[in-house]
Amino acid sequence: MNKQIINLLIRILGPKAVLFTPEDLATYSYDGTFVESNPGVVVLPETTQQVSQVVQLAAEKHLPVVPRGMGSGLAAGSVPFPDNSVVISLTRMNHTREIDTLNAIVKTEAGVITADLQAAVEKHGLFYPPDPSSIRHSTIGGNIACNAGGPRCLKYGVTGDYVLGLTVVLADGRVLNTGGEVIKDVTGYDLKRLFTGSEGTLGLITEATLRLIAKPQFTRTALIDFVSLENASQTVNAVLSSGIVPATLELMDQTALVCIEQAMKLGLETNIEASLLIETDGNDERTVAHEIENVVRVCEANGARSVKLAQGAAERDKLWLARRSISPSLARKAPNKLGEDITVPRSAIPEVIRKIRGISAHYELPIVIFGHAGDGNLHPNILFDKRQPDQWEKVEAMVAEIFEAALAVGGTLSGEHGIGTLKLPYLEKALGPVSIDVQKQIKTSLDPNNIFNPGKMFID
Amino acid sequence: MNTISVDLLAKVEPPEENTYLNCIRCGLCLAVCPTYREDLIETASPRGRVALARKGLEGQLDFSPNLYEQMYKCFGCLACDDICPVGIRPAELALALRVLQEQARPKKWKDILFGKILSQPEMIENTTLPLRIYQSLGLRRLVYSLGLRNLLPGKIRDLEAMLPRIPRRPLRHFLPEITESFGENRHQVGFYLGCAQSLLFSEGSSASVRVLARNDCRVMAPRNVECCGMPALGYGRLDLVRKQARHNIAVYESLEVEAIVTDCATCGSTLKGYGKLLQDDPDWADRAKNFSGRVRDISEFLCELPLKKPGNRLDARVTYHEPCHLGRAQQVKDQPRDLLKLIDGLEFRELPEADWCCGSAGSQLMTHYETSLCVLDRKMNNLKQAGAQIIASGCPGCQMQLNSGIRRNNLNVRVVHPILLLDEAYGTPDE
Repeated sequence: MNKQIINLLIRILGPKAVLFTPEDLATYSYDGTFVESNPGVVVLPETTQQVSQVVQLAAEKHLPVVPRGMGSGLAAGSVPFPDNSVVISLTRMNHTREIDTLNAIVKTEAGVITADLQAAVEKHGLFYPPDPSSIRHSTIGGNIACNAGGPRCLKYGVTGDYVLGLTVVLADGRVLNTGGEVIKDVTGYDLKRLFTGSEGTLGLITEATLRLIAKPQFTRTALIDFVSLENASQTVNAVLSSGIVPATLELMDQTALVCIEQAMKLGLETNIEASLLIETDGNDERTVAHEIENVVRVCEANGARSVKLAQGAAERDKLWLARRSISPSLARKAPNKLGEDITVPRSAIPEVIRKIRGISAHYELPIVIFGHAGDGNLHPNILFDKRQPDQWEKVEAMVAEIFEAALAVGGTLSGEHGIGTLKLPYLEKALGPVSIDVQKQIKTSLDPNNIFNPGKMFID
Repeated sequence: MNTISVDLLAKVEPPEENTYLNCIRCGLCLAVCPTYREDLIETASPRGRVALARKGLEGQLDFSPNLYEQMYKCFGCLACDDICPVGIRPAELALALRVLQEQARPKKWKDILFGKILSQPEMIENTTLPLRIYQSLGLRRLVYSLGLRNLLPGKIRDLEAMLPRIPRRPLRHFLPEITESFGENRHQVGFYLGCAQSLLFSEGSSASVRVLARNDCRVMAPRNVECCGMPALGYGRLDLVRKQARHNIAVYESLEVEAIVTDCATCGSTLKGYGKLLQDDPDWADRAKNFSGRVRDISEFLCELPLKKPGNRLDARVTYHEPCHLGRAQQVKDQPRDLLKLIDGLEFRELPEADWCCGSAGSQLMTHYETSLCVLDRKMNNLKQAGAQIIASGCPGCQMQLNSGIRRNNLNVRVVHPILLLDEAYGTPDE
């Protein structure tokens, strides 16, 4: 990056908020994937005003702007491609501004860690439900920009369902305030929904107002083991058709269980093909207990081998620790993994799982299957070694076939990780030319010079 | 790979590929890293350090001074090593890179500081003489009572505030080499007196030996031990650590002791590591393994004994800061808390984030002052929430850092070694 631009950035932000040594640039070259590309400079603004000034400067100098939180994304959405990119890291905009208990809303800056926000509102008896597995190492801004999901979305909905208002810096540096503090709002287009999930390609989210709900006081959690993966996947539908809405309904296959057990040593049963992790919650203790008993009964009727009900918070935490550890613990099996994120109508889960296992067998590379089965969102993870070129070729073919399988049953490419770079080649097939055309028109009208996160979402 | 890296890597033993290759960059370690959580930049995160180490070792980045500096920014609290689901140990890797730097280009001043001064007790005692004079002549009282302290620049003021009430003489000079058991002679144990305990916290170690003796131990505390080696390890001088390890192992081989007990968390974690440190040395591997297998932190050792119930009440609210070198490095977590709970009248309050680094990390308050202070402030906020009158912690480094934080924040909290409280509860010996 040329000296003049760095000096201008330092004038806006001060010297401690502008990073440009080779070491800094190298550490901002990646996110939660294996994709890498160095930016030209990294800035760490502390106010929306500063973000706006940086974007203005970038617009003037025709520099690409790549927003970033804690870099836990799984679609290479925050990897800066052009080598003159200005990475705007929002991690220092980390203040929760106001918790309004009467209206049950929270106003926050984009860089607050989601788990910290949750803990802060829970002190007031309130609840922010979205719970991506990266909850402790991702920011609320990143969650909104990717419309993050998580296990609890089955009952409570995704990040976007809690966004009431946003502050967004636009491509010319203007600051847009959209939405507000009210639940119902049909005054004009719903722009907050437009920016939610836009992966930093339309504007830069710097602040948000989020809706909260009352914290459910009781939870019951069960881990149910199945000898056959087929039975487990059929049970998902049986549970959801029985009139109960569990808070979560997670599936883990045998390889996932083996990896977690190797990494965490939690004493999980690994000599089975799959487990379901199901949780019920609510404010009436007896109803919650009654619901989990019903869930267990349905599972047993569908071939469950054994059931473990968590006794107390410590046991529950242990089960969730297991679930959250799957993705990272897969690295014990192979140096690289590609985690997919297809979502299918839940009636099609058994069929899709069968197809995925077929793909794995055909290409002779392991695919681990786990995910939020209750909402049809599966994470087939292909394990491979990127240093072996023939394996990478296979992985690409396998990904295409997995997407094919999802689309064939009326599913979609991504439930929560986003398109980023990794799914970009498949987008047109998933959406069709009309939708792509409309989306590109939106992009062009908001960001005519394509400075926001170029190379993501669409093929330019 | 560029030529600089090739030349450099030919001269050293680089860390093995499996120590960095499988990092999948999930980012879990960012959540628990004290330096990341203050600086909020990727470069100061465990994931960042692993990426830098890898890029250096794979020849994509030069081993620049700035790259090494990132390895020195790690506080070595081991929280990342603990949380990584893949089994990468970023804190250990940062240390390995410091070693690599020294192997490539050894620094003369480190030879003198770690090889000459810190490895010989008399030398350290001489160099800290001015501090003892500062206190024993009443200069320190004067500085405080006249408010001169406030005239000092911030950093010097905080460093000054780290100092405990320094003993007139190092404990090494007067701790008996053999302390007979107060009761029966059921156990013969070695005591390893650490440098900081001897020079700065002699009351604590005197208490430790008394508590052992009261619980049927005959305690042997050899005077000719050297520094455990942690300072040299922190600064990449593995060669010097190995030398100190061999010396210390030999000292205890001449004694017949069932355990080697220390009341310094840092020394304990280093001594327990001798086995691994010398595993490839055919003459020393077995001896080192045998030695490390017998090392116990004092709280760990006491909890293995049928402990006598302390007779005195101590009416106070106490909390506990868990030293990284004890909790994570040695997995000794419950024992110090259990010992405090033995004491009648003492109300134990768990410190929020008790195992979060206090920011001491050896010398970080000197070398990385701003980050160290931010980490310390987090600890102080948690301390305020605990509402305790006493904070116990079995590590001299943590105790000094906590002292500094308490003075900075004008809190009225006493910092002690947990065993000192136990000793107080036992009361003065009847002899």
